[in-house]
Amino acid sequence: MKLRLLAHSRTGDKGNTLNVSVICYDARHYDHLLAHVTPERVKAHLSDVVKGDVTRFELPGILAMNFVLGRALGGGVTRSLALDAHGKSLSSALMDLEIPEP
Amino acid sequence: MTAALNVATQAARVRIGVGAGYSGDRIEPAVELAEQGALDYLVFECLAERTIALAQQTRRANPELGYDPLLEARMRAVLPAAVRNGVRIISNMGAANPLAAARKTASVARELGLRGLKIAAVSGDDVLDVVRQGTYRFEESGDSVADYESRLVSANAYLGAEPIVDALQTGADIVLTGRAADPSLFTAPLIHAFGWAMDDWDTLGQATVVGHLLECAGQITGGYFADPGFKDVPMLARLGFPIGEVDADGAVTITKVAHAGGRVTEATCKEQLLYEIHDPRRYLQPDVVADFTQVRVVEEAPDRVRVSGGRGTSRTGTLKVTVAYVDGFIGEGQISYGGPGALARAKLALEIVRERLEITGVATSELRFDLIGIDSLHGATLGERNAQPYEVRVRVAGRTDSMEQAVRVGNEVETLYTNGPAGGGGVTKTAREVIAVQSVLLPRELVRPSFEMVEA
Repeated sequence: MKLRLLAHSRTGDKGNTLNVSVICYDARHYDHLLAHVTPERVKAHLSDVVKGDVTRFELPGILAMNFVLGRALGGGVTRSLALDAHGKSLSSALMDLEIPEP
Repeated sequence: MTAALNVATQAARVRIGVGAGYSGDRIEPAVELAEQGALDYLVFECLAERTIALAQQTRRANPELGYDPLLEARMRAVLPAAVRNGVRIISNMGAANPLAAARKTASVARELGLRGLKIAAVSGDDVLDVVRQGTYRFEESGDSVADYESRLVSANAYLGAEPIVDALQTGADIVLTGRAADPSLFTAPLIHAFGWAMDDWDTLGQATVVGHLLECAGQITGGYFADPGFKDVPMLARLGFPIGEVDADGAVTITKVAHAGGRVTEATCKEQLLYEIHDPRRYLQPDVVADFTQVRVVEEAPDRVRVSGGRGTSRTGTLKVTVAYVDGFIGEGQISYGGPGALARAKLALEIVRERLEITGVATSELRFDLIGIDSLHGATLGERNAQPYEVRVRVAGRTDSMEQAVRVGNEVETLYTNGPAGGGGVTKTAREVIAVQSVLLPRELVRPSFEMVEA
């Protein structure tokens, strides 16, 4: 199933670093997402865009994870040649990730 | 700021509305809030990372400008209701010229027949001379700032709440700043109203949560959120901007004007809480290092969400400074193909432009070839899986050292009209100078904020 069915997401930019939140709708699915939405899978899924490391921070109090994606914005928002220099559309790419049914 | 003044001004609950989340933001929601929000403060956040550099260039061309281009329109729209309802205004619309912004605001107020308004212009964020005289390295690239000397445009430190608090204590009705940390525009009126100590780290951490949630205006009321069938948002064309009802301990209820468009839900608040955050345990601000990991988000009623539990630890000894510099040029061209075989013709067009740029010797240091509709956003791996689009837009962008070379990138796309594949239409081309930014950390004591009061 698509991650989009269990979680929602927003991206934010700072320089050449992008953050993507993954926020679980239902507390019963949070551990399942922790197991399957790993930094390695996120980096592989977004491999055409993310050139640096992917770090995951966990916020169980709000059923969320925050992924920080290094070298993901074409050298930085202010100088990138990309159409979406801010990476605002990347949250939707992550929502397309295939995960097992919980 | 003295303890006596703080005690005298302590409030039970403060209502802060948000009038803008970026420089070009819609104006009607601000008017709606000034009229119907029952606000104590209306805050406009209008400075992206690069905005102040562009404003600095404007100021060099005309010393009376360099503030937000929509300042006059915004003030003209909101001042009558704000003054009538006793709403104080705080904004970074001063950009590269807060004093000129204050004078312009005073003249708008006088034109509207509003006399006696006290407008504070906060300065001290412009540290270009300090950065030039020191030996600093960019946080991002590690390069020495001195190597960029001839290309520097601006350097502005992120000021904290203190100069804004001082201006409010002195009776300012309106406070206009240049660069200040976005959350500080919100923490300042709270510190002023509640008399919080500047070393009450947990409270300042929670206040940072409040400011962070509010600073992007419509992004917490349903903007940048809607996804039909999954996350529906009513009346986006009339999206209302948020109100924060803040208690003396910093806990906040996020809400909006009842009939305004949009929604405030746990989901909108959580998305905004993590927006542009890296390590949620250490969100570095001028006045505190905020910790978002214990934050709780609870919907109390429709369009009323309670957010509490932000914490903090002591501020650092440095302030972040955004340094802007000229970074070459970017030229770009686009053209569209549609109907059967659109993708094949678009790919052929890219091959032609790639070869033409070589043949004609356009000097680029970086080139990018996109098929809009296929791979321009997330790359070919994700984009080409099911691709048989009815229409495709070709895009070529290149980085150059001169405007002349940048123009030639777009020209080589335009020539596809008569020299490229069948049915190419709708060419657009642009060429622009690039102002890029990086940051340095400056010892706090080298930054000396102050304010000047202008009366209408």
